[in-house]
Amino acid sequence: MMETLDKIDLNKEVIIVKVKGLEEIKRRFLDLGFIPGEKVECVLLSPFKSPHAYKINNTVIAIRNKDARNIEVKYEKD
Amino acid sequence: MKKIRVALIGSPNVGKSTIYNALTNNHEHTGNWAGKTVENVSSECVFEGVNYTIFDLPGTYSLISKSKEEMVATDFIFKGNFDVAVVVCDATSLEKGINLVVQVQEMSKKVVVALNLWDEALKKGINIDVKLLEKNLGCPVVVTSARKKEGLEELLKAIEEVKENDYIDINYGILNKEIEKVEEEIKNYDGNKRWVALRILEGNKHYLDLFRKRKILDIGLKTKEAKEALENVDIPLEIVINMHKMAKLKLKNVVSYKNKDYDLKTRKIDKILTSKIWGIPIMLGMLLILFYITIVGANYPSDLLFKFFASLEPGLTKILDFILVPPFLREMLVNGVYKTLYWVVSVMMPPMMIFFPLFTFLEDLGVLPRIAFNMDKAFSKCNACGKQALTMCMGIGCNAVGVTGARIIDSKYERYIAIITNAFMPCNGKFPTLIAIITMFFVGLNKTMGSFICALILTGFILLGILFTFLVSFILAKTVFRGEATSFTLELPPYRKPNIFQVIVSSVKNRAIFVLQRAIKVAIFAGALIWVVANVKVGGVTIMNYLIKFFNPVGVMLGVDGVVILSLILGFPANEIVIPALLMSYLKTSSLVDMQNMVELKNILVLNGWTVKFALSFLALMMFHYPCSTTMLTIKKETGSNFYTFLAFIIPLVVGIILAIGINIIL
Repeated sequence: MMETLDKIDLNKEVIIVKVKGLEEIKRRFLDLGFIPGEKVECVLLSPFKSPHAYKINNTVIAIRNKDARNIEVKYEKD
Repeated sequence: MKKIRVALIGSPNVGKSTIYNALTNNHEHTGNWAGKTVENVSSECVFEGVNYTIFDLPGTYSLISKSKEEMVATDFIFKGNFDVAVVVCDATSLEKGINLVVQVQEMSKKVVVALNLWDEALKKGINIDVKLLEKNLGCPVVVTSARKKEGLEELLKAIEEVKENDYIDINYGILNKEIEKVEEEIKNYDGNKRWVALRILEGNKHYLDLFRKRKILDIGLKTKEAKEALENVDIPLEIVINMHKMAKLKLKNVVSYKNKDYDLKTRKIDKILTSKIWGIPIMLGMLLILFYITIVGANYPSDLLFKFFASLEPGLTKILDFILVPPFLREMLVNGVYKTLYWVVSVMMPPMMIFFPLFTFLEDLGVLPRIAFNMDKAFSKCNACGKQALTMCMGIGCNAVGVTGARIIDSKYERYIAIITNAFMPCNGKFPTLIAIITMFFVGLNKTMGSFICALILTGFILLGILFTFLVSFILAKTVFRGEATSFTLELPPYRKPNIFQVIVSSVKNRAIFVLQRAIKVAIFAGALIWVVANVKVGGVTIMNYLIKFFNPVGVMLGVDGVVILSLILGFPANEIVIPALLMSYLKTSSLVDMQNMVELKNILVLNGWTVKFALSFLALMMFHYPCSTTMLTIKKETGSNFYTFLAFIIPLVVGIILAIGINIIL
């Protein structure tokens, strides 16, 4: 089932399927390594729910939920 | 002597600036967060008979990006006015840096890779097969631990010995055929055809302009054909994906982990610092301790400095007399310039020497990005950035530093919002005045728990400042900076043990001394001006008296008097001067007056008509008026806009005036 990055469970690895959104935001995601096929894991929630922090390529990066909505992911087993 | 020009390239937060500083013996501050270096800087060093000129390029995740800051680095590499490109990677997350290595190899023929933070990688049990990596990449790889100054000589040697390679050839899949078509069309260009062709294909406007300027752009039939053939392909995405594939191949079997949970400690600390219940209280607690240490710790050295400088006054007078300086000029130099100067230095220097090293310590530790992470939601509600929480904290140290600090905010408009609203945070220069007036009129002198109640009221004022920061940020985002799409990405680096020596040297040199230097420059001028205003008489009356009369109606309207208004104006160079200027006017003396004795001070103020209501109006105006001249200059430099500088001037002033009038009407 297709999910977006902002909704995934804590500490579970998912695979990036697609990066959408406005050109500039999309570009920034790609630069940071959010590339289709890559594995990513949500590791931290901030006290007010947004942003969440994600581990990708051994780096932890915080992204607001409204931006993370642009990244489509799937769970590994699917 | 042999000369080699080196371009230093790297993602943010991989220790690129630390390498630069270690190589060139510089002390530019490098924080444990992304994006500290914004401008290109260069410096030289000599090693074994070779002169190296090192260019420290702004940190960038990618060379094919479209953000302005990141294109500075790309432009530099494309223009190629250097001999060797050094790509700095973080050995603890090589997967992140390898993309950049491949991109640099696509643009330059002499590349050296520096695997920095090698010591940290070892500690975390991360194993990197350097020999294999060298073979895969076809270029020298040197391991370094720049903070310990390890591996730097080897790096310089590798730079000297590196041989020229061809540009790396990346398989772009479905793009290949069309790339060739474009390449054919620019066949007269003798530079890196493939790279130029790629940029033409993706239609990157910045580069199209650049190519046009360099007369290598020739969009003809074939390019049009190629573009049409790829109409339904997301070209930039294709480029990134294929490049990434290549990068992954280079890393095959290179990295292995002895211990999968190497970042467990950082994760554990993160869970506490960002926890739902404890995150915010811990953060506030840390800031409170920071301010408390600063206020308490600064008192004594301030006093000492003051007495020391004051004791030099008679000697200085004698020297000036001895070299036959006319009495008029001597008075102006000693009672005007010198007195104002040492006043500002004594009041400003100690808190800065305490505040900035402590703040830098937290910064290097890696705590600050977590604060931004916790606070971002609140700021995003106002269309601002969580990192603004940090520039606000810096602003409590000094608004000028807060304004410069706003460079960490990626989005331009969010950065401007942070800059324009920074003056809502009372700086170190306002604190002593606020504390003194609160103590005298609201707490009462010599009361038990006095300083605690004072601290509470002060906190209240800071909260008011925060409230206005949010409010004004929100209004700015809805009006002046309307309609900007903003995004927020923030790296949360692993916690690192700060190097205490480095912390002290860099924070004192880059922040405290920087601010002090500017303050001294304006204080000299202001000192002379204050003296002239207080001493030059026209028709038997000093200019000061004329000004006080002139400003009195405005003052009365705001619930204060002409003296307060004049003092706030004279305090433009530095907020520290406000109280001494106030006393000078009330006491009709011709130079600044010390406020050592609070009881006496209160008597003077009460005699001149100060009531509780008057004091409250004064506090509102003291808290909220234009930023000092140093900060104004910094804002102009950072925004490059007269209009934004004007906004930064007028907005806090209007807020202060509204508050003062409001107090007058309600009470």
